[in-house]
Amino acid sequence: MRMTVTQNAPLNLSVYRMSLSGDTRALARPGQFVQVQLPGFYLRRPLSLYDWTPAQDGSLMLVYKTVGHGTDAMSQMPAGTELDLLVGLGNGFDMAEAENVRLSKAPLLIGGGVGTPPLYGLAKRLLAAGKTPMAVLGFKCENEIILKQEFEALGIQTLVATADGSACVRGFATDAAEALAGTFDYVYACGPDPMLKAAYRLMERLGVDGQFSLEERMGCGFGACMGCSVMTRFGSRRVCKDGPVFSREELAW
Amino acid sequence: MVDTSVVLSGITLDNPVIPASGTFGFGQEIKEYYDINVLGTFVFKGTTREPRFGNPTPRIAECACGMLNAVGLQNPGVHHVIEHELPELATFFHKPVIANVNGFSIDEYTQVASLLDQQPQIGWLEINVSCPNVHGGGMAFGTSPENAAAVTRALKAVTKKPVYIKLSPNVTDIVAIAKACEAAGADGLSLINTLLGMRIDLKTRKPVLANRTGGLSGPAIFPVALRMVYQVAQAVRIPVIGMGGVSCAEDVIEMMLAGATAVQVGAANLVNPFACKEIIDDLPRMMERYGIQSLQQIIGGAWK
Repeated sequence: MRMTVTQNAPLNLSVYRMSLSGDTRALARPGQFVQVQLPGFYLRRPLSLYDWTPAQDGSLMLVYKTVGHGTDAMSQMPAGTELDLLVGLGNGFDMAEAENVRLSKAPLLIGGGVGTPPLYGLAKRLLAAGKTPMAVLGFKCENEIILKQEFEALGIQTLVATADGSACVRGFATDAAEALAGTFDYVYACGPDPMLKAAYRLMERLGVDGQFSLEERMGCGFGACMGCSVMTRFGSRRVCKDGPVFSREELAW
Repeated sequence: MVDTSVVLSGITLDNPVIPASGTFGFGQEIKEYYDINVLGTFVFKGTTREPRFGNPTPRIAECACGMLNAVGLQNPGVHHVIEHELPELATFFHKPVIANVNGFSIDEYTQVASLLDQQPQIGWLEINVSCPNVHGGGMAFGTSPENAAAVTRALKAVTKKPVYIKLSPNVTDIVAIAKACEAAGADGLSLINTLLGMRIDLKTRKPVLANRTGGLSGPAIFPVALRMVYQVAQAVRIPVIGMGGVSCAEDVIEMMLAGATAVQVGAANLVNPFACKEIIDDLPRMMERYGIQSLQQIIGGAWK
């Protein structure tokens, strides 16, 4: 799928937000991802979806961190650049499941680092579905904070934690989540593996259910190569195709 | 009208383009992108006797013009393949398919092969004696002429379908191994499997792959594969399926000029799910450009 870059700007020293226009009808849920082909690089880059407008002449936004040559090159692409993307990959967050638990209070979104972007698209859609989500976002330090204003602009309660205490609450996102215990009864989490596992244990203690978006190094991104397999309670699953979002009961943590 | 068909051990393929094992699963994922009946055929995921989870992750790394994988033969096991994958495949793929047989002992190879040999959907058996990502099996059988011949002989004794031995490039003399397989009764050869390689992460100073090493594939290996196909195909009388970095219709033609009867496409499928369809669509135009009436006629055309 050919798409055209319409905007590509830094959010901080190493995180960028890119907007692209093109056919986005394949996108169905927050938490899905795209595979971007970058000229001069063999494998595509799997990037999570920040937000999108579904239409034949639609648009989507990616928030990505420069972690190597590929994403470095991507950060230099001017508006007007044409890119080849596979869109609508992965299962995404299951919002029906959240509705099934008849939320009496609010779902909590727990994000860490560049795991926070897909929670933004989710927050918007939870709001549209009549829920009142809260967000706790964790970063290493003040310089790495992203999307705080964007979450706040949605009108949802947003707590930010920094591991070194350089801004907001000192600690991890899960520490901030623990402080909110009793005010949420469902969790959507996306972030680094240690954060996800800490969230999992917190949810066990609180008796709260939820979903986790996992990250793994991928080959194809559409389920063919078995490069990103993860062992679950119900056997092997592909993070790209069966995930990246898994329910708490699937994960054998 | 140009003729793209080729004959592989008595079965006619509409075209020589065959997705390689491990890059196409059991056809389920790519069928969401196009009707896979346009393919010559495809090779399904390497199958062992028992289900295997494979290696820890990361299993994938990138390099210039290619990639490394260390999946480690993840598959649901031969019984699941026969009971679930093949009946499902029959609902959307209507051509004979190539099975990819793996083992950790000659007994396991023959057990898996004889079970798959009884499946009417399967046209050929490809025997992987060249997986670089598992220990105590796989490549160990493909790196000496004696071992490769022993596996071939044992398999020919228990199967009726054409047996293709998939050879490793990680050897000093691939021709000697190819000849040993031919002498032991192989009906054909598939080459090459991936080249053993590795990458190191500068930040962690550790290998990128959890398995430390992995198999290199993609355009980076095309000239190596082409050279080996050229050498092997001239040294044996049985058909050779050429593979290794094939990415476009010109590569298919080049492989066939080197002596390949059919051509597998691997890593390209993982970068572009439409890769094989695009190659097939482009073949007639490229044949016309290079004055080729029939692909079957150009096999080994570069030998003279």
